[in-house]
Amino acid sequence: MLLIHCPYCDETLPEAEFVYAGEAHIARPEDPSTYDDEAWRDFLFIRTNARGRHFERWRHTHGCGRFFNAVRDTVSDRFLLTYRAGEPRPSDAELEELAK
Amino acid sequence: MSGFRLPGRGRVNHDRPVGFSFDGDSYQGLEGDTVASALLANGVHLMGRSFKYHRPRGVVTAGPEEPNALLGTSRGEGRSEPNTRATMQEIYSGLTTTSQNRFPSLNFDLGAVNDHLGMLFSAGFYYKTFMWPKSFWDRVYEPVIRRAAGLGVSPSEPDPDTYASRFVHCDVLVVGAGPAGLAAALSAGRAGARTLLIDEGAESGGSLLSEPQAVIDGKPAWDWLSSALDELDGMVNVTVLSRTTAIGYYHQNMVGLVQRLTDHLAEPPADAPRERMLRVRADQVVLAQGAIEKPLVFDGNDRPGVMLAGAALTYLNRYGVRVGDRPVVLTSHDSAWYTAFDLSDAGVPVAGIVDTRTDVDLDLLENARSRGIVIYTGHTASSTAGRLRVTSLRVNPILNGKAGPGVTIECDAVLMCGGWTPSLHLFSHTKGSLRWDEETRTYLPGERTEEVHIAGAGRGLWGTGAALADGADAGAKAADAAGHSADVSQFDVTGDRGGTGASNVELPTDRNPATAKAFIDFQNDVTAKDIRLAVREGMHSIEHVKRYTTNGMATDQGKLSNINGLMIASDALGRNAPEVGLTTFRPPYSPTTFGAFCGYHRGERFEVIRTTPIDPWAEENGAVFEPVALWRRARYFPQPGEDMHTAVNRECAATRKSLGIFDASTLGKIEVAGPDAVEFMNRMYTNPWTKLGVGRCRYGLLLGEDGFIRDDGVIGRLSPDLFHVTTTTGGAPRVLAMMEDYLQTEWPDLKVWLTSTTEQWATIALNGPNARKLLEPLVEGQDLSDDAFPHMSVAECTVAGFPARLFRISFTGELGFEVNVPARHGLDLWKTLMAEGAQYDICPYGTETMHVLRAEKGYIIVGQDTDGTVTPQDAGLSWAIGKAKPDFVGKRSLARPDLVASGRKQLVGLMTVDPKTVLEEGAQIVADPNQPIPMKMIGHVTSSYWSEALGRSIAMAVVEDGFERKGDTLHIPMPDKTHAAVVSGTVFYDPEGDRLKL
Repeated sequence: MLLIHCPYCDETLPEAEFVYAGEAHIARPEDPSTYDDEAWRDFLFIRTNARGRHFERWRHTHGCGRFFNAVRDTVSDRFLLTYRAGEPRPSDAELEELAK
Repeated sequence: MSGFRLPGRGRVNHDRPVGFSFDGDSYQGLEGDTVASALLANGVHLMGRSFKYHRPRGVVTAGPEEPNALLGTSRGEGRSEPNTRATMQEIYSGLTTTSQNRFPSLNFDLGAVNDHLGMLFSAGFYYKTFMWPKSFWDRVYEPVIRRAAGLGVSPSEPDPDTYASRFVHCDVLVVGAGPAGLAAALSAGRAGARTLLIDEGAESGGSLLSEPQAVIDGKPAWDWLSSALDELDGMVNVTVLSRTTAIGYYHQNMVGLVQRLTDHLAEPPADAPRERMLRVRADQVVLAQGAIEKPLVFDGNDRPGVMLAGAALTYLNRYGVRVGDRPVVLTSHDSAWYTAFDLSDAGVPVAGIVDTRTDVDLDLLENARSRGIVIYTGHTASSTAGRLRVTSLRVNPILNGKAGPGVTIECDAVLMCGGWTPSLHLFSHTKGSLRWDEETRTYLPGERTEEVHIAGAGRGLWGTGAALADGADAGAKAADAAGHSADVSQFDVTGDRGGTGASNVELPTDRNPATAKAFIDFQNDVTAKDIRLAVREGMHSIEHVKRYTTNGMATDQGKLSNINGLMIASDALGRNAPEVGLTTFRPPYSPTTFGAFCGYHRGERFEVIRTTPIDPWAEENGAVFEPVALWRRARYFPQPGEDMHTAVNRECAATRKSLGIFDASTLGKIEVAGPDAVEFMNRMYTNPWTKLGVGRCRYGLLLGEDGFIRDDGVIGRLSPDLFHVTTTTGGAPRVLAMMEDYLQTEWPDLKVWLTSTTEQWATIALNGPNARKLLEPLVEGQDLSDDAFPHMSVAECTVAGFPARLFRISFTGELGFEVNVPARHGLDLWKTLMAEGAQYDICPYGTETMHVLRAEKGYIIVGQDTDGTVTPQDAGLSWAIGKAKPDFVGKRSLARPDLVASGRKQLVGLMTVDPKTVLEEGAQIVADPNQPIPMKMIGHVTSSYWSEALGRSIAMAVVEDGFERKGDTLHIPMPDKTHAAVVSGTVFYDPEGDRLKL
């Protein structure tokens, strides 16, 4: 069982308190009607499926209830970072620094 | 005294005999014995039959890696356990054990005919032998294989035992209480770290229990062991658990432990759990699991009496048992020589030491000669003889890599040693990399992925002194890393035994290797030639070889067989072992009971059962319940003599005629509040909400972003900034989570607050022409007339004196109200309504009647009439879409090409041609019943009931282009006959809706 840091509670807690909520940084368009079929398909279904560093959403469902973002390595299953929803996606350089 | 026990020797209690039974015969062992040691003390080696060939098998090991001596144990009804390792099960007075995999008896087994049909069962036989004729698979091959295969018999009664579970946090977890683990725990414990030391065995000590000759800090090994355990016992920060197996090593230093609490007791306390699962989160882990001895691979190496030399040493020194009267040692490693020496010193005549090496340590040779033991260096073993027990070993000198002429050594036990394999199972669970060590020709731990330290024989070190020093170092490092400054404990060791060895593939033989039965995996009957055959047939990956031959796939998880299998596979492939690689070890380390995994979660505690405030009344009044999501709901209320069908017909008729009452408290409820509540509702639900007046309700439809129906429910507006949303019973948590997701992450600017209120309200539905007559005198604060309170109204008022949210809505097509009162008043209100309703013959009804009544009106149930691929158009709910709204969740998807294409399955009604036929829900529908099989299925029945109101059956179905097929006759093929049904609309009863308007 993983340990996950909730950026709102600022506590590292067992995975059982959290649920996974899909890939992060996929914003719903302001006006979906402006999307053509292919763009809308990509928004709905096309995901990175990363081997390695993956930006993803989790919810502290049995805690504060907040959605937040995380960077997890899908090979080692290790969290590099968690951060609040709405905060910018960390740059590769920042992540390299963290991985050290 | 049993024939093979050495008086006064070992750690067993010679003053405490213990009686037990094996295959119906009584035996006597001593306190401290395992089943294996006690049987060996009685001269019994034959303890089982093998899986495939049913060959007689004896015990091979003295520990958890045992592949052969698997027994059924029993202590009364429901308390039988198959595949118990005789080497681990401690005896107690009255223990009953039986051998497995034999018929009619262990000595004479009919299944042994398989041994002579060996060609049929060679590698990959699953894929080859039973392929033809095809029809034989179901009727002949599979039943026969199922009867012949398998190990032991599962208990058929419920398990009466209880199982406990616990979370544990510690600084340092030490797995294995041999010299390395003890030293690690001492270092960490002395530094003040919270330390947990566990061992699978009944006693701590590991190899020290088998090798008492060493002197540690001036004390004999066993004296040192007691003082070390005393010291650990005296530290408040240290816990030592025996009979505790680390079954799996999971992420971030979580290790699963199973502690066996009662299986060794003659009379377990009545309230004691049988096992306890401990989920340990350790800051640091020290793995001190030691090494497992490797068998040698030669023809007949599985005959009872052939066992590992280290096991024989354990039986001798720990249990005071000699495993034979005339054992011979066959080895490629120094360690087995000491078995010969200790046996000889205990007065057991050793028939010889056969070593595949020509170059053997001079001290060992001298020690053997001084004891008068015949030495065969540079020799191989080409076969054994004996039916139920080995009687001789044939050995041959190795000349230029080939076996020379054979000599036969008479013996009653062959003690073999092919070297030692570090136990890396748990380390492998962490995906730690393994490093091939060419010198010892084995895998050692490489890169770590967790905070783990490996000590002692587990990383290839040899001897008590080295294990103690390495363990002390690992323990100190672990304690340091956990924030306790630690000194490395020092130990002074004399009398240690050295150990080097050579590695072999199959031993050379002067006989035809094609007829040799040289076993690698004893439990799964995999031989060396099976591995070579698999490679010849194209299995070039070790993972394929494993699955094709089943090598390492038995309950012992390849503890003995993996490295021998790898060596032979890489030899056959002509590649180096590290290029071939090792198969992956996976949890659990050893077989684990389901009980341990279940823990407390069984029976009533298997799952939470949610009940409504009215549930006690339903129970008292004989309701039959059904589970709906986690809820327990009343399904129907049978009167004496009624079956479900009769009860439901009566409940339906009573509701349509006069008045029915229904507990709808399980309905999901969410309050959407805040200045932006209406905007939020507009964006979430398909319907328009802006113009919905305060005090009015609307049917709301919720889609996923993909355009498919997710949920529905009636939503009332209580004030401009407050909506009372209802959801399906099962959908409430999902809907709230979805709303929270959009609110938090897509529209954080909206000022809206969401609250789950499902359990705050008790909801009672009143339906029927007399519903208003019952309610009117009880309601204060709201005029209930049709003008003042029309269909789809909501008001806050009091009902029978209780504060209430009163809805005028209907899920039956009758005049209907839903009264929500605070949950604590639900039961009182229900009782009041029942009492006052007596004058209208009020009838309580359950979910079954609710389903029939709603189906008569064509009201869908999301999840029954929809399945996650149904759009509002498909369900005939286009009217619920606010087409003028610029956007809502799922709107864009409704224009996706596939969602507007023809050929979609659409929700229609079905009227069977025979009105008495009630179709089966889920039944498939075809257009032409005479088409060849496989028929084209164009849809399925989603809802189907007997309608008492209509005097005939009704059904709903999703059918390809269903709307265009109205009036067509379709067909529903069933096993007994094919039913015909005409496609109709979905509103079967009161299509004008007049009954709602009373």
